[in-house]
Amino acid sequence: MHIDPLEKKWGYISIGMAGLFVGIIMIDSFIHGIDAPSNVETINSARLHLTKEFAEDNLGVQVDEKGKITVRIVAARYGFFPKHVTVPAETPVTFRWASMDVLHGVHMPMTNMSTMIVPGYVSEVTTSFPKPAKYPLLCNEYCGLGHDHMWSNITVEAKETWQAPSITKTEETGNE
Amino acid sequence: MNDAAVKKLALSNFWVAFIAFILACFMGEYQVLERSGLFPPLESAPVYFASVSTHGVLMAYVLTTFFIMGFGYFTAATSLKRPIWNIKLAWTGFAVTLFGVVLAAIPLLTGRASVLYTFYPPIHAHYIFYIGAALLVVGSWMWCYIMIMMMKQWKQDNPGEPVPLAMFATVANAFLWLWTSAGVAMEVVFQLIPFALGWMDTIDPGLARTLFAWTLHPIVYFWLIPAYIAFYVFVPKQAGGYLFSDEMARAAFIVLVVFSLPIGFHHLYMDPEQAAGWKMLHGFGTFVVTLPTFITGFTVIASMEIAARLRGGKGLLSWIGSLPWTNPMVLAIILSLLMLIFGGFGGIVNASYAMNAMIHNTAWVPGHFHLIFAGTTVIMYFAIAYYLWPIMTGKALFSKKMALVQLWTWFIGMTILTTPWHILGLLGQPRRISSVEYNSILTLAWEPYEFAMIVGGLVLLGSACVFIYILVMTQFKSTESFSGEVEYASTYHPVKNLPEFLNDFTLWNKVIAGLMALSFAIPILQFFFMDTHGSSPWGY
Ligand code: HEM
Ligand SMILES: [Cu+2]
Ligand SMILES: [Cu+2]
Repeated sequence: MHIDPLEKKWGYISIGMAGLFVGIIMIDSFIHGIDAPSNVETINSARLHLTKEFAEDNLGVQVDEKGKITVRIVAARYGFFPKHVTVPAETPVTFRWASMDVLHGVHMPMTNMSTMIVPGYVSEVTTSFPKPAKYPLLCNEYCGLGHDHMWSNITVEAKETWQAPSITKTEETGNE
Repeated sequence: MNDAAVKKLALSNFWVAFIAFILACFMGEYQVLERSGLFPPLESAPVYFASVSTHGVLMAYVLTTFFIMGFGYFTAATSLKRPIWNIKLAWTGFAVTLFGVVLAAIPLLTGRASVLYTFYPPIHAHYIFYIGAALLVVGSWMWCYIMIMMMKQWKQDNPGEPVPLAMFATVANAFLWLWTSAGVAMEVVFQLIPFALGWMDTIDPGLARTLFAWTLHPIVYFWLIPAYIAFYVFVPKQAGGYLFSDEMARAAFIVLVVFSLPIGFHHLYMDPEQAAGWKMLHGFGTFVVTLPTFITGFTVIASMEIAARLRGGKGLLSWIGSLPWTNPMVLAIILSLLMLIFGGFGGIVNASYAMNAMIHNTAWVPGHFHLIFAGTTVIMYFAIAYYLWPIMTGKALFSKKMALVQLWTWFIGMTILTTPWHILGLLGQPRRISSVEYNSILTLAWEPYEFAMIVGGLVLLGSACVFIYILVMTQFKSTESFSGEVEYASTYHPVKNLPEFLNDFTLWNKVIAGLMALSFAIPILQFFFMDTHGSSPWGY
């Protein structure tokens, strides 16, 4: 088998480039903790309102004793509930999403708050927003003929002026 | 060799492909018009989603599958210099595939399969849609079988000889497709058909997405391989030179097939049902599969440089000017490579694991795949058609000048269409919407880009019509006869002692089996051990 020396060199350069990208991804993941949302947690989407965690009065922003901020939102044809949430800037926020019916996806434009919302599973994303702004939350997976209408709002407020919700519950787990 | 029989077979497959293509191009233009919101009377979500579902199915499954089958038959017959083995089976495959398309078209066009070409449950289409899709796949398996048998028989008759590169790559694609389609076939047969028929009350969308991801990556290589075949076996000759390296070409096809299979989870980076470790593993594989494309770029550009220098080209880069730019095949590859460079850059962004969050399911994604699929890949389908049409029909190409204009306008139209599409994605526009209903300042910034897309689409539609016009005029109106044969490029370094692993797929199929088990067994089996809850159907 014959490989031209120049082509061999190019092969090593290519491997080097691919290796560089893989290296950056690994540094981001292992050192900076930037990962894809992947918690592999199941839930009964048909009985979402009966679960403790995604019961109607448990949705929205909550802060636990340690100050950890969790936002729970339900996706259902064709909207996100609650319709509006407010979170602080420069603070880690954990979003937990569940679908009541079909496949949805959600992202906040120009941030890395993005995840698919697969019925039967809970999606979890933790991120922090650098500065105050108003964002739309957009459904980004076709979920039926009303898909275009599926969106809501999120406000990122300055850390100093943001008010933690008055009813502070401890985090509930165990979804059945 | 029974020339007329294989020509008829190939032409029939090609015509189905290109009729699907032109119909879908009209739908594409309607879609950019509708979604811009500039034409209120056009607006209708049911019509739009029926159209996108049909456009996606026609382009991704019908154009490609029939083109690949037609091209494969012609390549097999001409490179091996023998008739199609079992041509009855080939026609059966054609009929089954076509019947599948017709079946699927009924619910698609009546709005009962508006589930897009990815048909993610628990929304489901009318069951006829899935049966049609399944038949399309089954018909294409007959093609795979014929390709594999023809290579096997040729090897028996020519022991120790290297299988012609064009055929080697075609059989690589046949094996690739068998492995690739297994994922979606399992999803359709075990999940979607029973679910759509009401035999199963619930479905696990996590498992369905996992099986679909098995198919979703390698399928794009199934579509791309004919373009790569043209790069390697036609372009060097058309440019007036030699293929730089036959062995590296084989190695590239093998790595492409082997590593495009176990990496589908880069489509699930943002999904909750698979764990980060599996996603990262598939992510690494995704970077491995960039290597054959880097090698292809090198080999093909080196081959063109050889040609240009033989034609008197000089200088470090000015030899590019000495290429025969007025040869449709050469022009097409230049434009194709340009789109590959930009599309490849976008692909690296998509592949980059957590960074995928910035563009996932935004308009960036259709922008990306129109550039690399409708651009890089399909422009080579055009060039192949221009090259083969005179050979298959015995009539001279109707107008070379018009063909060159068509290729240029496809490139220009694609640039105008996909650049704003990528920008819209970066500005946060979701894909797969039929109108912009968001009452937000951000979304006002989208309008000018949507307008540019309409212009790009118009240029593309015009170009597509010219393409069909040239084929029709060549075949049915041209009076000038043509009596050429397919000319495969010869290699710059003659192939000596080709090792068996570069001339055979037995070893590679075992490697694939191992890699697939490694990267899919646990992620699929987990659904049977986890406490999952099925989803109820949402139909039409
Ligand atoms: C006249 C040129 C074309 C125009 C104007 C056009 C336009 C569009 C539009 C607006 C969409 C909807 C995207 C979305 O909902 O986000 C779409 C989808 C699609 N297009 Fe095209 N297209 C054209 C040609 C092509 C070609 C040549 C191919 C491939 C060979 C192709 C493949 C696809 C596929 C597979 C989808 C489905 C995407 C999905 O379901 O998300 N298109 N096209
Ligand atoms: Cu939606
Ligand atoms: Cu992929």
